[in-house]
Amino acid sequence: MNIAMAVFIACSVMAIVGALALILAREPVHSALSLVLVMISLAILYLLLGAAFIAAIQILVYAGAIMVLFVFVIMLLNAGEEVRTNVSRLAKWVGLPLGIFFLLEMAYSLFHEFNGRAGAATGGTFGALVPASTEQLSMKLFTEFVLPFELTSILILIAVLGALVLAKRES
Amino acid sequence: MEFVTHHPVLVVSLIKIAIALFVVMTALAYLTWFERKVVARIQSRWGPYWVGPHGLLQPLADGIKFLFKEDIVPPAADKISYVLAPFLALALALTTLALIPIGPATITILGQPTQLVISHSSVALILLFAISSIGIYAVVLAGWSSNSKYPLMGGLRSSAQMISYEVSLTLSVVGVLLIAGSFDFYDIVGGQSGRWFHFLPKWHIIPQILGFICYLTAAIAETNRVPFDLPEAETELVAGFHTEYSSFKFAMFFMAEYANMITVSCLATLLFLGGWLSPFPATWHWQLYLPAAGLILAGIGLIVGGLRGVQLSAKLVFPVLGIVCLGVGYLCTFAAVMPVIQGPFWFIAKVFFLLFFYVWARGTLPRFRYDQLMSFGWKFLLPLSLINLVLTSLVVVLRLR
Repeated sequence: MNIAMAVFIACSVMAIVGALALILAREPVHSALSLVLVMISLAILYLLLGAAFIAAIQILVYAGAIMVLFVFVIMLLNAGEEVRTNVSRLAKWVGLPLGIFFLLEMAYSLFHEFNGRAGAATGGTFGALVPASTEQLSMKLFTEFVLPFELTSILILIAVLGALVLAKRES
Repeated sequence: MEFVTHHPVLVVSLIKIAIALFVVMTALAYLTWFERKVVARIQSRWGPYWVGPHGLLQPLADGIKFLFKEDIVPPAADKISYVLAPFLALALALTTLALIPIGPATITILGQPTQLVISHSSVALILLFAISSIGIYAVVLAGWSSNSKYPLMGGLRSSAQMISYEVSLTLSVVGVLLIAGSFDFYDIVGGQSGRWFHFLPKWHIIPQILGFICYLTAAIAETNRVPFDLPEAETELVAGFHTEYSSFKFAMFFMAEYANMITVSCLATLLFLGGWLSPFPATWHWQLYLPAAGLILAGIGLIVGGLRGVQLSAKLVFPVLGIVCLGVGYLCTFAAVMPVIQGPFWFIAKVFFLLFFYVWARGTLPRFRYDQLMSFGWKFLLPLSLINLVLTSLVVVLRLR
């Protein structure tokens, strides 16, 4: 087992544990921090695939900006521990089996897809698809994908305006 | 041994980390001493004086004191977050330093080509920002997990302040990125070599003077230093986010703050002040002797000053330090050492100047009020950095045409 494989397994475990803790934690701040853990592990996985720029942006934007705002709001509202209500029966009897089914299906198809192809998990195929350098990435982003890119920014602007309208409305 | 031969990169990195950690930890300790001395001088006081000659052992005494204080965890605190916060603060503050190169890319030490950086990355700048943006959590977590009024206020203030000023900080750097066209520190500094009008060094500070001012201001706010030290304003919030911390956990926050100061100064040096490049033209060969000359002058000063001093300890210690300085200075004139020492010498000199600026600002300026802080950040600094960005991109595009 090489170092990359060890890092991959460690980060995957960290991401899964973080995702579980996000749902199971009762304290909102703990949930937010678990999500940060998930994002950082994902960033390390990107780094492992050779996409350093995307890894850095992942941390900078999601963990460094968005989640900080989340934590800030949680602290500002001084939100206490969550109160557990009775879980809905539909979620219990339909949702749980369905979730497990999808998990198994995903595991099966991934295993089927990559079985016997060594190095797939450490960026053999995925690494080739992702533009490695920042230059290539920005070229793609500002020529081929310029319309979705600009539309996304307008979408975010609309969200900001919406928040402003809600905040400024006379009650 | 097999592991060593199989992973030479790992071993070299570990050696570099060990050296860097030792140097940075010592620098941190003596930065506190330096700050207290300079602020004392600004305020017509002596500063630390009695622990060792001229208070030189004060950082050591402080460290030992922190270690032996009782380590208190408030019963109402959130244990995990409370313990995690100081570790996070110090670990992240030190991690960023791994990305900072202190000398040119091609250098040979003991016949071996070496880079004077722990981790070289093509997106080093943005990685550095990413790591330091996580550092906010340390402050926020410390404020929240203490479960107490003043720390919570400090944590809230701090997160609001850091979010606000990070925008300006990042935008002020984009101007440099546009000119350099790379995230790699070697490319950014390499682009600053050369002269304007045959005498002015081609550093980014000259076309990017607006960006430099924005960066420096936002950087002081990001590191929670005077005049932006609202998260720990003593007169309002006792000590802000670290009120409930004691013993070595408090010391870790303290060290993290100083480590962040060093990181921010290093970044300013790399981006705006030409990194390890000499301010003199390459044809002036006497400049190669400057590090040696500086050390020898410092050595003579230490010997003369020490012998004329009042304290007995100063009379004994300073001449010894002076002789060490003379020895190292003489070593710097050797042909094997001289070219290696040039880059780090200029780099450290520039970082030291910026650190002095930090301390100077602390000794001079009063603290902002909270509303002033916010309006300054959003209504003055952000537009200024945006104007700088627009102007720079305009010039870059026009020159491409």
